[in-house]
Amino acid sequence: MKTFYWLLKREFWEHRGGFLWAPVITGVVFLVLNVMAVIAAEVLGARHGFHVGGDNLQMMIARADAGDIRQIGAGLDIAMLSSMGVIGIVMGIVVLFYCLGALYDDRRDRSILFWKSLPISNVNTVLSKVVSAIVVAPVIAVLVSLVVGLAQLVIYALVLSLHGVNAWQLIGLAHPFRAVGTLVSSIPLYALWAVPAVGWLMFCSAWARNKPFLWAVAVPAVIGLLVSWFGIMGLFNLPTAWFWKNIVQRALLSVFPGSSLVYDDGSLTAGADFGDDGHDPLAVLSPMHTYGLLASPNLWIGVLAGVVLLAGAVWFRRMRDDS
Amino acid sequence: MNAVVTATGLTKTYKNALALDHVSFRIDSGRIVGLIGPNGAGKTTALKAILGLTDFQGELNVLGLDPRSQRDQLMEQVCFIADVAVLPRWIRVREAVDFVANVHPRFNRAKCEGFLARTKLTPDMRVKQMSKGMIVQLHLALVMAIDARLLVLDEPTLGLDILYRKQFYQSLLEDYFDENKTIIVTTHQVEEIEHILTDLMFIRDGKIVLDTDMDAVGERFAEVLVSADKADVARRLKPLDERQVFGKSIFLFDGADRSVLEDMGEVRRPSISDLFVATMKGTYA
Repeated sequence: MKTFYWLLKREFWEHRGGFLWAPVITGVVFLVLNVMAVIAAEVLGARHGFHVGGDNLQMMIARADAGDIRQIGAGLDIAMLSSMGVIGIVMGIVVLFYCLGALYDDRRDRSILFWKSLPISNVNTVLSKVVSAIVVAPVIAVLVSLVVGLAQLVIYALVLSLHGVNAWQLIGLAHPFRAVGTLVSSIPLYALWAVPAVGWLMFCSAWARNKPFLWAVAVPAVIGLLVSWFGIMGLFNLPTAWFWKNIVQRALLSVFPGSSLVYDDGSLTAGADFGDDGHDPLAVLSPMHTYGLLASPNLWIGVLAGVVLLAGAVWFRRMRDDS
Repeated sequence: MNAVVTATGLTKTYKNALALDHVSFRIDSGRIVGLIGPNGAGKTTALKAILGLTDFQGELNVLGLDPRSQRDQLMEQVCFIADVAVLPRWIRVREAVDFVANVHPRFNRAKCEGFLARTKLTPDMRVKQMSKGMIVQLHLALVMAIDARLLVLDEPTLGLDILYRKQFYQSLLEDYFDENKTIIVTTHQVEEIEHILTDLMFIRDGKIVLDTDMDAVGERFAEVLVSADKADVARRLKPLDERQVFGKSIFLFDGADRSVLEDMGEVRRPSISDLFVATMKGTYA
């Protein structure tokens, strides 16, 4: 257990830039851009005598009916979520490349010989990298997202309060605590959903003698093309798109948080709800919805495939002696 | 004496080449063994087999364990330095010490810090900022603080200047080696390790061509400085090798009668490098 903790620590040391600084910098840049946009709006507003918010807005809020209030809240929620979404995409990219390099980079620079000179089993080594990808990276990204999302909410509220709008009332309209809960609760689901992609990427990383990225992308893409070409899916009474969606995308893109939403029909319904009465963008992401995925065979077959691929990665980690 | 490594019929084939060809040997505890051979002779493959880094055919027993299936236990007792600069470039001195201290049950932190104190390394230094010599100092400090029974060194001083090379072997002898430890070392800089070896193994084309202890080398092999007029007599005794120096011939004999040799000229113990060159004649031809 102690060894495993230090293995995780080692991964963090090596990938501090990707796991910690990438989300932090993304968040900071996002906030800075927002502040700049606000300043630009203020300057333009002042120059053209255009009035943002102000008494009118305050009055609007005071007069608004329940539906309008919800809409304002939804707007603030979306503003908060957008920063989280950007950080999520950055994290997906980090995890994708982390997995591809995890079992390859140390073979290339031969430092694998140092790691292998220590009493650490290959299973633990690979597992520590999997946990880094599907737990450590998302937890850090979520924590950073929360700070950035809340900071953004506060910035908007402060700006509006300069125009005489009650900031706390505005924040009360948004749902920061629900957003926090939603994001935190999404981590376990993300971990399960990402397993097949992490498995495939790490399998390539352990197996490829060079250019793991090329192999990881080319193999599913070429198979996908062949499947499309010869209409193989027709044999199973499935459209060709099924292969692209359930094999190719799952193998490569499941490391992106929220990618499961595309597959979950329930969320589409939620999206539709959002369309007509929805003043609640968080509904799409709410655990009530997303965890419906636990009932889907897509998730569990993916986990199974991922575990098999990871077992293959462990095997190649032991066998490859090209360093 | 108890055997640390026993190999019987050790064989390893790569795609089309035979790297190890039914090799059998035994290494006892408390020895420093030099595994010497030309490039591509199978030295590294043999070491990799001992360390469980590669698959092979035949029997191999290291400290009573099978390196293929019991690698994780084996690595608690075995350390290795596989030529220079294999420490990960991103790691800091502090991190490396912390990590090894926490994953290796036989690591002595105080000892390691003692070794590091004698160098210019600072805790915050990263491997990528170090010279080759400093990397080896760090690696050696880590390895010498581990109470392992077998230390495997594969070209540990490759590319180092002579100060670092001397210091490397000196620390090994002074601060590390004792009768409970065994060291296996491969290198091309034979002259430098000649005086520290207790045993010698020559490997050529995947076969062990010489396996002897250093005392026996002096008894078995002899080098004679023969003047030109006696050279023909010497040639009839089938020398391993002959070379010319200042109008005289130096002959290298394997197992020849001492008294006969002494009649021909000055007899001395051959250096390992001369013995090596004679044994490996025609390797690249």
